[in-house]
Amino acid sequence: MTAITRQEVAHLAKLARLDLTATELDHYAEQLAVILQSVARISEVAADDIPPTSHPVPIENVFRDDIAYPGLDRAEVFAAAPATQDDRFRVPRILDEEQA
Amino acid sequence: MSSVDADLIRQSASVLAAAISEGEVSSLEVTKAHLARIAEVDERVHAFLQVTSEAALAAAELVDEKRRSGAKLGALAGVPIAVKDVLTMRGVPTTCGSKILEGWRPPYDSTVVARLRAADMVILGKTNMDEFAMGSSTEHSAYGPTHNPWDLTRIPGGSGGGSAASLAAFEAPLAIGTDTGGSIRQPAALTGTVGVKPTYGGVSRYGLVALASSLDQAGPCARSVLDAALLHSVIAGHDPRDSTSINAPVPDVVAAANRGDVRGLRIGLVKELGGAGYQVGVLQRFNEAVELLQGLGAEVVEVSCPNFEYALGAYYLILPAEASSNLARFDGMRYGLRAGDDGSNSVEQVMSISREAGFGAEVKRRIMLGTYALSSGYYDAYYGQAQKVRTLITRDFNAAFDKADVLISPTAPTTAFKIGEKVDDPLAMYLNDIATIPVNLAGNCAMSLPVGLAPADGLPVGLQIMAPPMADDRLYLVGSALESALTDKWGHLLIEEVPSL
Repeated sequence: MTAITRQEVAHLAKLARLDLTATELDHYAEQLAVILQSVARISEVAADDIPPTSHPVPIENVFRDDIAYPGLDRAEVFAAAPATQDDRFRVPRILDEEQA
Repeated sequence: MSSVDADLIRQSASVLAAAISEGEVSSLEVTKAHLARIAEVDERVHAFLQVTSEAALAAAELVDEKRRSGAKLGALAGVPIAVKDVLTMRGVPTTCGSKILEGWRPPYDSTVVARLRAADMVILGKTNMDEFAMGSSTEHSAYGPTHNPWDLTRIPGGSGGGSAASLAAFEAPLAIGTDTGGSIRQPAALTGTVGVKPTYGGVSRYGLVALASSLDQAGPCARSVLDAALLHSVIAGHDPRDSTSINAPVPDVVAAANRGDVRGLRIGLVKELGGAGYQVGVLQRFNEAVELLQGLGAEVVEVSCPNFEYALGAYYLILPAEASSNLARFDGMRYGLRAGDDGSNSVEQVMSISREAGFGAEVKRRIMLGTYALSSGYYDAYYGQAQKVRTLITRDFNAAFDKADVLISPTAPTTAFKIGEKVDDPLAMYLNDIATIPVNLAGNCAMSLPVGLAPADGLPVGLQIMAPPMADDRLYLVGSALESALTDKWGHLLIEEVPSL
């Protein structure tokens, strides 16, 4: 379960929305394989009857009082945005060319 | 720099706070002395990404005004502090060491920053770090590495290398760090300073830009145990804005630091954290400290935590998995870098181009590792199994704390290495955190404090104290006792031996 191909890295990069270069794909294919080989040791621990821990301090049903607080300042938020238009975030087109 | 300034920058935070509150010195004078020091040495150290001089001077004047008017001031009022650039500060650029957030001015304060302000502390600026806290050397900062004040050709540890170096270079008497796998403790060890990772949930994560949400914890960095305790008590405590924040009283860490006593305390030596892979000089100074603790009346017992050997593997699956999810928010739509928005590219293409341009090598490596660990077909073998190992590590800690009140180990296997030595060797880099990671996985608390210089290279060695969840006061009880004994032996704190820059 440790080998990782260049094609797999390219697929991962697509899932992770990273437009990697060809050089990066080669480099990461090599490095990810080494890292995965090293972390795979955890499978040595027989853990069928062990419950998983997702969080160190389990706290459930955390609510706060239902009181309205002021939100972020609109002007400050837009000042930090890469592009705005008509008091909204401007984003590139959502559909691909063939869908448009 | 005048001799008065030189004297002010070397003082402890507790001494400065007392002098300010007595009116012997003003916060403005103290702040100016530190800003002057930053101007003098930071070009060589590069601890800071942003120095907020004007805001700092204004905050200092406000504290002095308050004092003159007779208002009651907090324990650290008027004392300057440096903040790791992963905590938001309203209106001040917060980059997390990444190009993707270059120039971003957050529209809100993190709870930690809000508490520093409420305590009338003076924020000097934001400190350098590995990009999104991914690293153990601060070389993965997009803005260039931080240099270790003990030897400028070496790394200060990471990811909080900027915070630790700012203390060792006398640019700030206190700093805030964050610790996901050792990012407060390992830099403390490598710079001869003190760093504490509080119990998970002890300090609010609101406004702490998330790396791995179930591991991240902010904490105090200082040059002495008492100073760390004073800062710990300012930033800790329940926050309704963080649903993982513990709603319980903060352990009295300041009283513990003032008491400093190990008589009758059972101290557990963790068999698995030491030996092969640890530098000889690190083990030598560690063993001497163990003898010192015994001499002070502690009972030293050996404990075994057999699953700790799987901690590193579990950590490098859990952390990338959480990070790949958390960092999905950096998509160039509402804040941060946007690239390739030329009218022809779709939103998906713009996101991919922006993330490729904005993230550095280590961040991309971990995002892909996490994406892999979470993908169907591999989830059970990797992420699922890692979560089970996490349970086993917690059980090891529980069993060990039945036999001992605190556990100890070296903080890091080596002293500070050369800049560039391990930067493109991820596995070698990951090994730096081998002793600090178990605590993050289990969620309990730990401190690193200096125990001497390794004879071979003359660089600082850190000792790690680990305590059960919400027993943070024990770290300070033991740390303070050990620090006093070492100070008696040396005639001063270890940091006094740092070469002048």
